[in-house]
Amino acid sequence: MIVQLMYLVAALCFILALKGLSSPKYARYGNFIGAFGMLVAVVTAYVHGVVHNGLLILIAVALGVAVGIPAARSVKMTAIPQMVALFNGVGGAAAALVALAEFFAVRDPGFLFLLATVLTVLIGSVSFSGSVVTFLKLQELMTTRPVLLPAGQQLAIAAGVSSVALGALVMTTENGLLLWLLAIAGLALGVLFVLPVGGADVPIAISLLNAFTGLAVAASGYVLANTLLIVAGTLVGASGTILTRLMAQAMGRSLANILFGAFKATAVAAQGEEQRTVKAGTVEDVAILLGYANNVVVVPGYGLAVAQAQHAARELVSQLEQRGVSVSYGIHPVAGRMPGHMNVLLAEADVPYEQLKELDDINPGITSVDVALVVGANDVVNPGARDEPSSPIYGMPIFDVDRAKSVVFMKRSMRPGFAGVDNELLYNPKTTLLFGDAKDSLTKLLAAVKAL
Amino acid sequence: MIDLLTIFVLAVFVGFEVVSKVSTILHTPLMSGANAIHGVILVGAILITGSAESTLELVLGLLAVFLATVNVVGGFVVTDRMLEMFRK
Repeated sequence: MIVQLMYLVAALCFILALKGLSSPKYARYGNFIGAFGMLVAVVTAYVHGVVHNGLLILIAVALGVAVGIPAARSVKMTAIPQMVALFNGVGGAAAALVALAEFFAVRDPGFLFLLATVLTVLIGSVSFSGSVVTFLKLQELMTTRPVLLPAGQQLAIAAGVSSVALGALVMTTENGLLLWLLAIAGLALGVLFVLPVGGADVPIAISLLNAFTGLAVAASGYVLANTLLIVAGTLVGASGTILTRLMAQAMGRSLANILFGAFKATAVAAQGEEQRTVKAGTVEDVAILLGYANNVVVVPGYGLAVAQAQHAARELVSQLEQRGVSVSYGIHPVAGRMPGHMNVLLAEADVPYEQLKELDDINPGITSVDVALVVGANDVVNPGARDEPSSPIYGMPIFDVDRAKSVVFMKRSMRPGFAGVDNELLYNPKTTLLFGDAKDSLTKLLAAVKAL
Repeated sequence: MIDLLTIFVLAVFVGFEVVSKVSTILHTPLMSGANAIHGVILVGAILITGSAESTLELVLGLLAVFLATVNVVGGFVVTDRMLEMFRK
């Protein structure tokens, strides 16, 4: 009785946590409440449910804490998405392992128990291997472009079909070996599922896998007949699904389109064009352009964060403001590697929240903007997304900086953006390119503006 | 069994409801927070290990406890770090 009450407390905490995390004001409390609920649940489970192996469990928990906390503390803000992917993956793996262990413990499994076990093992495995692949992509340990294996689709279908077949066999034969094979099929399915997803869409895959892990946990709740696992897992599964849809909407794409590869045919099309001319400028040119403008919009992208140039950007902006230039930041919903990622990165550099503007704040007045300064962004200002139905990112809302009076494009090289798509804006006569490391260039710009 | 199903269905609706309106700024922290919450599988891992009778169960259980702990503590800490940035 008391145990169920404690689990109820924990479940309520989780609901309040998700609610809190949805509002900027209470987000941090929300997270604390969630952590508190987790503590209640874990202590309850330990005190009430542990018959033996208590010490070993404590050691395993201590090891987990020793790995998890330093990892979460030391990760750079730019690398947060792949860290979340890893944490999600290990959660999925844990769910699969729990179901496997319980399967070998139970003597006379019923139909629903078997169904729940099969689902937990399968979804947990998919979530684990899929998350590992997203990690490798975001960490750029492998190519960020969609990977299309020869017969990749057939392989994925084969893995899917054998998963279903193995699941059915496990349910009829109750054979442990087959359950292991199912786990392996799930691992293969997870890899094949994420490989074709293009770099810019990987965060959406992470969000979806997050929802998957939630469902695996919910299914494991049926395996263990534990209401808390069902409630918490379902909450994450449901909210994760909604969140995935919201993210896809922010990119102007449907989920099916993202997952099953519109990137397929067109990703190569941009290559093989003849060299075209671009206009490269010097730091001094750009400083004059900025220093005598009335109205500047800075569009930062992931390149800014990678170069650790947030602080340099903020200093340049304050300097411009002292000169009476009105400056705002245009933050694309998917700037960075995850929706909202850029807001986190700029907040870290003490950029005031009021200066961060969204698409709908910037675009209507874009024609009166004197200079649009694009720093380390690319895809989010690519006019192809608006004008070229053949472009792989067509339909994604962008900042219409090509309609500003002039554009300064700070780039490290002519390399295309994360999505691997060429950007017409680079060849626009209004565009001045400033090549170099973003931090370096911004620091030089700051000095040049000061000297004006 | 129908009880568990009832709980499941109600939880689906609560899950949909709580995040139906959320600004893009909070997408990343919210995903990360939800990620920490599914670390509740730690409860399952502890229960299973605490009653494990064979070596296989024990090994699987302990591994699950370890991984789930990483999920939980890492998830909450990383979410807090993100949200810390918004404090102003």
